[in-house]
Amino acid sequence: MKNRGLAFKLILLILSSVTLIFLLIFGYNYMYSKKIIIENVEKNAMNLARATVNQIDIVLSSIEKVPENLAYVLERSLCSGEELNNLLKYIVQKNKEIYGSAVAFEPRAYDGKKERYAPYFYKSGGEIKYSDLGTALYQYFFQDWYQIPKELNRPAWTEPYFDEGGGNIIMSTYSVPFYRTVEGKKRIAGIITSDISLSWLQEIVASIKIAKTGYGFLISQNGTFVTHPKEDLVMNETIFSQAEARGDKELRKIGRKMIHGKSGFVPFRSILTGKLCWMVYAPLSSSKWSLGVLFPQDELMADVARLNKTVIILGVIGFVFLLVIIVFIARSITRPLSALAGATEDIATGNLDVSIPEIKTGDEVGKLAQSFDYMKTSLKQYISDLTETTAVKERIESELQIAHDIQMGILPKIFPPFPEMSEFDLYATIEPAREVGGDLFDFFFLDDDHLCFNVGDVSGKGVPASLFMAVTRTLIKTRAARDMTPEVILNQVNQDLSTDNPSLLFVTLFLGIFNIKDGTIEYCNGGHNPPYIIRAGGEIEAVETTGGLALGVMEDFSFQSKRIVLNEGDAIFIYSDGVTEAMNNRHELFSEKRLEGELYRLKDLPVGDILTGVTEKIREFAQDEPQADDITMMIIRYNGQECTARS
Amino acid sequence: MVNVKMREKCKLLIAATLFLIIVCVAPAKGDALKKVSFIPQWVPQAQFAGYYIGLEKGIYRKHGIDLTIITGGPDYSPSELLTDGRADFASLWLSTGIQMRAGGVKILNIAQIMQRSALMLVAKKSSGIEKPLNINGKKVGLWGPVFQIQPRAFFRKYDLAVQVVPQSFSVNLFMRDGVDLASAMWYNEYHTILNCGIDPDELTTFFFHEHGLNFPEDGIYVLEETYKKDPALCAAFVRASIEGWRHAFDHPDEALVVIMRNLKKEHIPTTLVHQKWMLERMKDLILPEKGEDAGMGGLLLEDYSRVARGLKSMELIDSVPGFASFYKVIRDKDEK
Repeated sequence: MKNRGLAFKLILLILSSVTLIFLLIFGYNYMYSKKIIIENVEKNAMNLARATVNQIDIVLSSIEKVPENLAYVLERSLCSGEELNNLLKYIVQKNKEIYGSAVAFEPRAYDGKKERYAPYFYKSGGEIKYSDLGTALYQYFFQDWYQIPKELNRPAWTEPYFDEGGGNIIMSTYSVPFYRTVEGKKRIAGIITSDISLSWLQEIVASIKIAKTGYGFLISQNGTFVTHPKEDLVMNETIFSQAEARGDKELRKIGRKMIHGKSGFVPFRSILTGKLCWMVYAPLSSSKWSLGVLFPQDELMADVARLNKTVIILGVIGFVFLLVIIVFIARSITRPLSALAGATEDIATGNLDVSIPEIKTGDEVGKLAQSFDYMKTSLKQYISDLTETTAVKERIESELQIAHDIQMGILPKIFPPFPEMSEFDLYATIEPAREVGGDLFDFFFLDDDHLCFNVGDVSGKGVPASLFMAVTRTLIKTRAARDMTPEVILNQVNQDLSTDNPSLLFVTLFLGIFNIKDGTIEYCNGGHNPPYIIRAGGEIEAVETTGGLALGVMEDFSFQSKRIVLNEGDAIFIYSDGVTEAMNNRHELFSEKRLEGELYRLKDLPVGDILTGVTEKIREFAQDEPQADDITMMIIRYNGQECTARS
Repeated sequence: MVNVKMREKCKLLIAATLFLIIVCVAPAKGDALKKVSFIPQWVPQAQFAGYYIGLEKGIYRKHGIDLTIITGGPDYSPSELLTDGRADFASLWLSTGIQMRAGGVKILNIAQIMQRSALMLVAKKSSGIEKPLNINGKKVGLWGPVFQIQPRAFFRKYDLAVQVVPQSFSVNLFMRDGVDLASAMWYNEYHTILNCGIDPDELTTFFFHEHGLNFPEDGIYVLEETYKKDPALCAAFVRASIEGWRHAFDHPDEALVVIMRNLKKEHIPTTLVHQKWMLERMKDLILPEKGEDAGMGGLLLEDYSRVARGLKSMELIDSVPGFASFYKVIRDKDEK
């Protein structure tokens, strides 16, 4: 990814984002449409189940009325045998749903004699036939249709049963107990029944067709299948035996809810097709049986599945289209960019004459190309200017070098300067910060015994400072004369410098006159760093200041001289502030303290070596930090009169 | 294709030949096949799997018997058929057998197939019945006399006064709460109740064999007269039946196919899971651990005494027939 091209990154990022967005939208759409369909299915399923249940209940409850009414009659009047028979026959004749009807009496309840009597009228081959169920073999007292309502003391529908005599149709019987008061006690007198064929009910349920494989089924109170498209199950299996056969605990749970008169909408695996379905179930209010209707999920979701397929195909097409577009855009950006990159590579190697490809898109890339062209032209111009400037600079530098040579030329540079004189040793160095510096030093004899020496520092550096320095030096040299004191020299030089000083430059100056015979030094300090006296014993002392100002600042300033005495072996060390203000890369100054330490360390060496030692130390201290100021040092050591005598 | 078909035909031919050899050659060792009829107490369900698979697999023929099984059911009484000679052998309850013998019908027990009583009482926990004492004052569904011996002994044992309601062959009265307790055979009605949507943990069960009232049920009976005439035939019948049962237990799937086919032929509604349950329970009842003592099909004196004493104490018999006169030991051939 990191080193891939722009086009690749664009394609990867945009397409992955778009795919993600598409999938999110697709997923949401799928979930939502599924939810809507499920909700609709649930609503419709419930409605369908209720409608079917009502349709069945209407018939069943109308049938329930018949024996109930007969019970009402029988409880209030003692019908004769014939009346009862006619009534039963009439009932069977007039109610097309009723297949047969019986009044089964409790022992001796009919006429006080018969142990069992149960006149029964039923349809057979288009006729109404009669039979007495009260046979020893049949034992009607122990039949469900008799026993259940009797024990429960309320009417009841029997579990569905096969009627073997009536052509193997599924039947159910509605039985109503009726009572008579005997000796002041209400006693059960018998059971009135209506047998109905369930074929109409099977037809109603069988007519439920949902999509291709959806169907309805009915189970009895015991869970027995009353109707089911799978014929084997009907009247043979219960929903629980199916659950056991299939090892399906969920089915058993649903079955229990169904037989307990609950209604609901649940996922269900079709017994017929094995397909995953939704099933709605609702109880019949009359017989407590339960209707289930299956809605095959895949068939109901077919539309959504089709839509999804289309959406996915459209998505893929869109994806490819987007890919082409992005490639096109990416290439329209990267093509000029690569051309530009090629051109800039040439420029980078220094070829400024290469032509920048012309890009007329007017967009950012176009502007970039224009900027590049402008940059190239500017660079070219700049480089030619620079060449010219460099030439000028080189000339100035060579001139500065010459100036430096001249400046150095005017300073004494032969050490020891007076090899024939043993009374003292003198050594001085100067290291300008730039080619030409503003520091100066000089020494010359005023007469045989008096050496005039000075160290100065002009404010500022470079050519102006060096010129000012040259002027100062010349002035000192010309003004200093025999028997003049340092203060006179300084007063005069100050006046000269101050008189015509348009650049407002000034110079700090230490000037001393050293009597080589007795070691006394008369000195005047014009604002310069106080020099050190290095005593022969090792003490380092700062020379007392004379309170003078820098020269060139105040025209009529009056300088004062002072006097110190060097004993044998003592030395005076004069320096410019370039020594103590030398700086290292931590912006620490070399400082008086370090200088004093160095002087103490080097005190016993020859004077030249002392200055070399200090210089080395300063370099060591400053390391790579560029030199900021001129470094000037001078040292004079008094060797004493004896030496002179000896010489 | 042709070759494959040919090969299959060959296989069929070989199988058919082998079958013929087994069926025809084996009894040819002895006399010709003896015609015999047998009546079980009830419809051809897994309760009688051993006999039906024995017939189906030619086990009876192997023992020299040409068996006809009379389809039982509510319309037939095996004791009547045995007594009047319409059936040579009958499956009867031990209590029925003892009652008949004590009542003067000269019948013999030649094999006690079931070792443990499968009769039980079932109650819904929702009716508040958790232990025998809770049964007091409740409505109990009981079947005919033979099925009432154990329950009545049970009620007496726990000193319970109950309201007996005659129970039909369906469990619907119980399902609808017409009775608080129902009679059930462990291998039959109990499972029917489970398959009507009641969970086992919603039921309280009272197995009589757990209450010191183990009245082993199905056994094979024959008229003493028949036995005297041809004891070898009786022995052959018992051995073949036991072999049939062993086969059924060893090959339950095969047995269930036969059972399901017979039930379908009789238009008796049932389910495979129900017959499977029944066959598994039959194994529990026919081969309980104690069965080892008697051997398969053996009748223990203690079982006999318990049942006979029970019958006498309920005044269903006047005197206990002698064990030896009632039971003829027929050992398995292998055990000889």
